[in-house]
Amino acid sequence: MSVIVRVPTILRSYTSGEAEVAGDGATLNDVLHDLETRHAGLLARVLDDNGKIRRFVNVYVNEEDVRFEQGLETPTPAGTAVSILAAVAGG
Amino acid sequence: MTTLTTLDFGPATGLVCRECETPAELGARHVCTECFGPLEVKYDFGVVTREQIEAGPRSIWRYAALLPVPQNASDRPLDLAPGFTKLQESHNLANRLGMTKLWIKDDRDNPTHSFKDRVVAVAMTAGKTLGFKTISCASTGNLANAVAAAAARAGIKSVVLIPDNLEQGKVVTSAVYGTTLVGIHGNYDDVNRLCSEIADDRGYGFVNVNLRPFYAEGSKTLGYEIAEQLGWRLPDQVVVPIASGSLLTKIDKAFKELIALGLVEEKPYRIFGAQATGCNPVAEAFEKGWDVVRPQKPNTIAKSLAIGNPADGPYAIDVANRTNASIGHVSDEQIVDGIRLLAETEGIFAETAGGVTVANLKQFIERGQLDPTLETVVLNTGDGLKTIEAISDNVGFTVTIPPSLEAFRAAVPE
Repeated sequence: MSVIVRVPTILRSYTSGEAEVAGDGATLNDVLHDLETRHAGLLARVLDDNGKIRRFVNVYVNEEDVRFEQGLETPTPAGTAVSILAAVAGG
Repeated sequence: MTTLTTLDFGPATGLVCRECETPAELGARHVCTECFGPLEVKYDFGVVTREQIEAGPRSIWRYAALLPVPQNASDRPLDLAPGFTKLQESHNLANRLGMTKLWIKDDRDNPTHSFKDRVVAVAMTAGKTLGFKTISCASTGNLANAVAAAAARAGIKSVVLIPDNLEQGKVVTSAVYGTTLVGIHGNYDDVNRLCSEIADDRGYGFVNVNLRPFYAEGSKTLGYEIAEQLGWRLPDQVVVPIASGSLLTKIDKAFKELIALGLVEEKPYRIFGAQATGCNPVAEAFEKGWDVVRPQKPNTIAKSLAIGNPADGPYAIDVANRTNASIGHVSDEQIVDGIRLLAETEGIFAETAGGVTVANLKQFIERGQLDPTLETVVLNTGDGLKTIEAISDNVGFTVTIPPSLEAFRAAVPE
């Protein structure tokens, strides 16, 4: 398990309360699908029915918003830190 | 968290997801567990009359019956009584722009000189109701001032997070209240993201994270005041600055509530949004007809509006479209011109956000998007004294002379 994924409070019902879970995969998309095998239900909260990141979810790979990177295809080499956050905050 | 039944949120009956309409209990939560959409306060207002409002204090609390707060002042924390700021009829600026009827809603009059005192007062009240011991926020400066001051007045701790490159005037005016002021090496979106993580990590009441549904409702009071100060009428057009987009959507919500309660007559109105070109994600999405906002890395002197990833952007676009209005953007140079135009014509020294709004007003007229013959209200949400850097290269001495009458006569023509 080479990638650490930080999970927001509202998704921790899928991770037995864990704030961080480990995953594997060459891209963000692979990592999220890998997580789904152990944390069923999580994927549908992050991606919409068309498989895109929901409009009120932000995902960061190594501190960078993936919307500025390659979206779900953003590479996640070993040691990558992924953070999933609700977009709605601030202002 | 305390359970719903013991808590007093006045006329509020619950929260509901703005995106998928899933209900949630009133509490320190701001995001829908189903789709991550924003949670919004729902109400059962019953009967609210003009007389009842007019008999209230000259602050936002005259609208307590329309806010998610305990109705007795003694059940709310001590506060700075923000709101009920001037609505200034602006003949000079109207003449300059070829307009018939123009008003400036001037929120410099608030205790910390910006509209953020309104939202903080409501969020602090919810924070007290929910039992938070520390109040916190992510801020571009004005909110930091408002949280630090309100926490001082309420006698509770505050932790305020801001980008460390903010204007000096906004750093000092937060620090003076004795808050824990944390400067972050990053932009507002970085600060905001960190605050979402801290909110999960510490038991803080973040006014614009876990208390956000309550906080955002405070912006409605600007809409209520505009209507009441116009003699319980709605204006034809309003121009509102956009940072997160929340303020614009709440002015619309306020107008709709006033109509539904029979406090004003129903009529068409248009709500325009104003951004800076150096941070224009909402204007860009509006122009291109997108239903999502593409985040940007801000680069503008209008730091109070520099939110590259605006949470309520899609909803601000919905309002502008529904009300047949527009969302525009202006350059930093136009912002400075806007600040000077407002100061020179109306005696109002606005911060950069006010410059953005006035410059967009001018541009909307030039482009035929806003009707200069209709009654228009422009929001000035902050005070130029906090952002002097923005124009200090553009204004200064007309001339400097020795202390002699001769020199004065030579330098200043009759």
